[in-house]
Amino acid sequence: MTAWISFSVNGRPVDLEVDPMRRLADVLRDDLGLTGTKIGCDAGDCGACTVRLNGSQVLACLVPVAQVAGAEVRTVEGLAVRGNGDSPREYGDLAALQRAFLDAGAAQCGICTPGMLLAADDLLDRTPAPTESEIQDALGGVLCRCTGYRKIVEAVTSIGREPITADPDPGPGRAVGARFPKVDGIERVAGTAVFGADAHPTETLVLRAVRSPHARARFTIGDLGPLHARHAGLVRVLTAADIPGQNRYGIYATGKDQPALAEGEVRHRGEAVCALVAEEGVLDAIDDAEVPIAWEPLPPIVEMDAALADGAPQLHAHAPGNVLVQGRVVRGGVDAAIAAAAVTAEIEIETSFVEHAYIEPEAGYARRVGDRIEVVVSTQTPYMDRDEVALILGIAPDRVRVVPTACGGGFGGKLDLSVHPLIATAAWLLDRPVRATWTRPESMAASPKRHPARISARAAADASGRLTAFRFHGDFDTGAYASWGPTVANRVPIHAPGPYAVPAVFATTRAIHTNNPPAGAFRGFGVPQAAIAHEALMDELAAQLGIDALEFRYRNALRVGAVTATGQVLRASAGLPACLDALRPHWARLRHEAQAWTADAAGRRDPRRRGVGIGAMWYGIGNTSITNPSTIELGVDRAGVVTLYSGAVDIGQGASTVLTQIAADALGVPADTVRLVTGDTDRTADAGKSSASRQTFVSGNAARLAAEDLRRQLLMLAEVGDDATLELGGGRAACTAPGRPPVTIDLAELPPIHLADGGDAPVLLGHGTYDPKTTPLDPDGQGDPYETYAFGAQVALVEVDVELGTTRVLRIVAAHDVGRAINPTQVEGQIHGGIAQGLGMALMEAYVPGRTENLHDYLIPTIGDVPEIACILIEDTEPAGPYGAKGVGEPALVPTAPAVLGAIHTATGARITRLPATPDRVREAIRAQAG
Amino acid sequence: MASYLRPIEVSEALAALAAGVVEGRPRVVVAGATDHYPARLGRVVDQEILDLSGLAGLREIREFDGGWWLPAGATWTDLVERPLPPWFDGLKRAARAVGGLQVQNRGTIVGNLCNASPAADGIPNLIALNAVVELASVRGTRRVPAAAFVTGNRQTVRAPDELVTGLFVPDPAVGDGLRAGSTFLKLGARAYLVISIAMVAAVLVRDARGRIISARMAVGACSVVAQRLWVLEAELVGRPLVPGIGNVVRPGHLAELAPIDDVRAPADYRREAAGVLVRRALEELAL
Repeated sequence: MTAWISFSVNGRPVDLEVDPMRRLADVLRDDLGLTGTKIGCDAGDCGACTVRLNGSQVLACLVPVAQVAGAEVRTVEGLAVRGNGDSPREYGDLAALQRAFLDAGAAQCGICTPGMLLAADDLLDRTPAPTESEIQDALGGVLCRCTGYRKIVEAVTSIGREPITADPDPGPGRAVGARFPKVDGIERVAGTAVFGADAHPTETLVLRAVRSPHARARFTIGDLGPLHARHAGLVRVLTAADIPGQNRYGIYATGKDQPALAEGEVRHRGEAVCALVAEEGVLDAIDDAEVPIAWEPLPPIVEMDAALADGAPQLHAHAPGNVLVQGRVVRGGVDAAIAAAAVTAEIEIETSFVEHAYIEPEAGYARRVGDRIEVVVSTQTPYMDRDEVALILGIAPDRVRVVPTACGGGFGGKLDLSVHPLIATAAWLLDRPVRATWTRPESMAASPKRHPARISARAAADASGRLTAFRFHGDFDTGAYASWGPTVANRVPIHAPGPYAVPAVFATTRAIHTNNPPAGAFRGFGVPQAAIAHEALMDELAAQLGIDALEFRYRNALRVGAVTATGQVLRASAGLPACLDALRPHWARLRHEAQAWTADAAGRRDPRRRGVGIGAMWYGIGNTSITNPSTIELGVDRAGVVTLYSGAVDIGQGASTVLTQIAADALGVPADTVRLVTGDTDRTADAGKSSASRQTFVSGNAARLAAEDLRRQLLMLAEVGDDATLELGGGRAACTAPGRPPVTIDLAELPPIHLADGGDAPVLLGHGTYDPKTTPLDPDGQGDPYETYAFGAQVALVEVDVELGTTRVLRIVAAHDVGRAINPTQVEGQIHGGIAQGLGMALMEAYVPGRTENLHDYLIPTIGDVPEIACILIEDTEPAGPYGAKGVGEPALVPTAPAVLGAIHTATGARITRLPATPDRVREAIRAQAG
Repeated sequence: MASYLRPIEVSEALAALAAGVVEGRPRVVVAGATDHYPARLGRVVDQEILDLSGLAGLREIREFDGGWWLPAGATWTDLVERPLPPWFDGLKRAARAVGGLQVQNRGTIVGNLCNASPAADGIPNLIALNAVVELASVRGTRRVPAAAFVTGNRQTVRAPDELVTGLFVPDPAVGDGLRAGSTFLKLGARAYLVISIAMVAAVLVRDARGRIISARMAVGACSVVAQRLWVLEAELVGRPLVPGIGNVVRPGHLAELAPIDDVRAPADYRREAAGVLVRRALEELAL
């Protein structure tokens, strides 16, 4: 039934005939086109859809539209001071709160931003100068996966107080190092950025996959006639037989093992078996149970041990014994070194599946344009997507166009195909646009995860506190399909000993298939798991030797001239000693405070104990030992407008901003004048994937080279030397050598360069391609797998309630060697966000198939869980990096869990070896420790 | 074909509920809807809805008959913002722990009770407060203690034609010099938006000399229905409410709990943690 409902949205009257129980979120987005309100879970768990209803913050996904009758609704579209009805375009159009979010870097991907803004807007109306705890209470119902919340707190706190310092106009040559606001930031705080589910052509069909409720089963699909007969708008049910090309995809050319639709057998819960394609609104009336699928459940392999057992069912013929791949790094004689060591320590640890939990579920649409297919989708890797879709459709890659939407968080999870194969197939076959948006449970069941790891490791040192040997074996549950399992298996042994010089290393890994969800890429590719083992061992060796845990790490830290486990000699930019030195005073002070507090607490029978821990890390930037190029272009058009053509997807981490800053300085123009075209495989060159912390280093170099190329072309036309300054605009380029009059080039007289889509016509185009210098690894894993490494260390202060086993992190001090902070605000944002995810991994995150497929059973940190964070940026220049920069996206996450677990150990004496350190596990460990 | 009704008068609502039963399509009652939609995510829904949000006079929390009336439309935020005697402190603390502010602004106290989740933050408090549930139908009105209202996991004694119109919370401290206090402790694995691993609500009444004359404690998330701690309560009566009172608690006092193993915690841990919370609740009230 429908009813007429009248209410007002952002001060404008609305009169709608609508199902009274339709969710307000759907009405706002689909009926009123106000897509600034986001849907992250549709179940009241994430807060992305927060709007104000008669002033009070509510979840639009849980409000029946009938209850809004006569009320006033305020959405993100109503916040801006100008642009009512028109999108705000300029900084001055924004409300103070939005400006504060932009200046503080409080919006990264931007998917939670509208909800955060509305919750804060409500708070500030009631409480003009809120305290931090009032801010936490008010924003506690909105989850953010990118920022670690600290800059959001900073932004809200600034309202009516001291404004936040940003540098929107750093001037020519001064963009690198400036706190330059995100180039794509205004649309994020205005709610106008278009994410995967925010736009699609009219008359678009809707697709929903039907997924396996079983981890392992055979199935047959029966007669679909009755289903079609019952549901008139059901246009097509796709099965495996409908896939036009190869029904296998996967990251590696040699490992295409994952079907777009299962062929008679499923290997994990959540695997797609068929896809319903229907007219708008029809799918809501079709229950998956109506689809005639006959299941024959089979006993699944849930544990790695079962997968390795003799006679275990084999998931894939190419992975005998269910071992997909093994990794190995061997250097020196480990056994002899251990035998001769003064001290040794051993540990076994186990970690869980960790879910990316980006607040934007996978979404996009596809349409056929003649003999080409266009896929508009939320992704981290448009070119890999293009090639995969081409294989699935059986067409050449140049007939596929992938256009990334704004990406509402990725963290590695949007490096795999999601909606693409099915919407592309349906659009291809039906010649109509087809869209899909995964539900939250579907996203959690079907997307890849962080690999659960089971690691055993042993480290040895001599009496002077020098590491002498490190032995490591890690098994990684890669689930039903390969995904990025090989990357993890190869990257982990290289990093296994941690950021230390160890003469003898024996490190091996296996990626093992089970009937669990595929484990793939997740911020750090297995290194965060390995770091938990090596850092616990450093603590233990230091304790045995009576050496301070920071000092022990300092003595052994990799530094310039040191040799890594793969035999690589570090030539420059190895700033771990500087990071540790910077942490020393914090480490000493926090430890002193924690000891005093704990002694006092024990005296007054307070069950809480405080402790401080430390974690250190290193991380190779970019792909491991394989080619890893990025190409960026920079053009100037006849008007003198500079455009950056960047295929590097900004997934919230700020790639577009960093590349703009680098390109602007290398060209010699103000950064705020550079326009951006990003992502589209028809309009930009392949910059590689946004992963492996590579965009600042690899694409940053490409952007620098492109800008230098363009600059060279301009200066050559003007016949001036490289010391000239450039001014572009008004159809002219003015090149001025020192002490000489300007030479002007009339850009309008140059012939336009036609790009693929014909939309842009630069008259000069600079090209830059960069591929990091690496060498292949030999069978013992010896070689130079990366051109540069990031280093860092963090100190965590925690408080443990020893009776309940609950842990609160009270403070983190993070020192990271980033080579050069191109944008300090963004670097801090990456550190905060990495810490929040590391903290989640340490304390609360465990994905259990079928049990935690939502954001209330699967816990990620809330605004109240992330403590004050102090960032110390160490800039040990990387000569090969753009302006000396390396990367920080993944590095920030790696040391957090080790530091937190070390702090729990210091506080309680209990070493947690099974993650996450949930209250029951901490309590159990304390009990075991007490004997 | 599903229908939707949002009446203004309670009588209309009752008639609709009765008609739904007769027609074999009992109406699903919705107030703040914060539990309604999540339970139906990804499912095809074809239900007759009765929306209470338009009913007149069902919003205001008010003093009534020596106690307080919490009507069916009262939200958690309404409760937090209403000045109330200290024996509501525990329920107010629970109010701040139900979801985020967005849910507290919409979700109702009565809805939390009717949804009857074993982890409902409101229920142990309502049980400890001796709240009385008023159910109305075309057949008449009846009153049921909160403790008897919930019978199982998402099960209550509410008949399909009945509407819970509100809760009556009697003053626990009627008499000269009596003072009632309450508290609520919740254990979860993160700061906000967390489903309880265990929780305890306590309402204690002491006399002018500081002796406990009545104690009611209920533990939630450790059994299908929040459980009173009868034995402990009896042992508390007559003792002075002073620091150290928590030492009274023994493991045997928690024998009636029947916690389960789930993704949040194993059963043994839940039982132990519940004991810690019970002890701390008592200590807090002794301060």
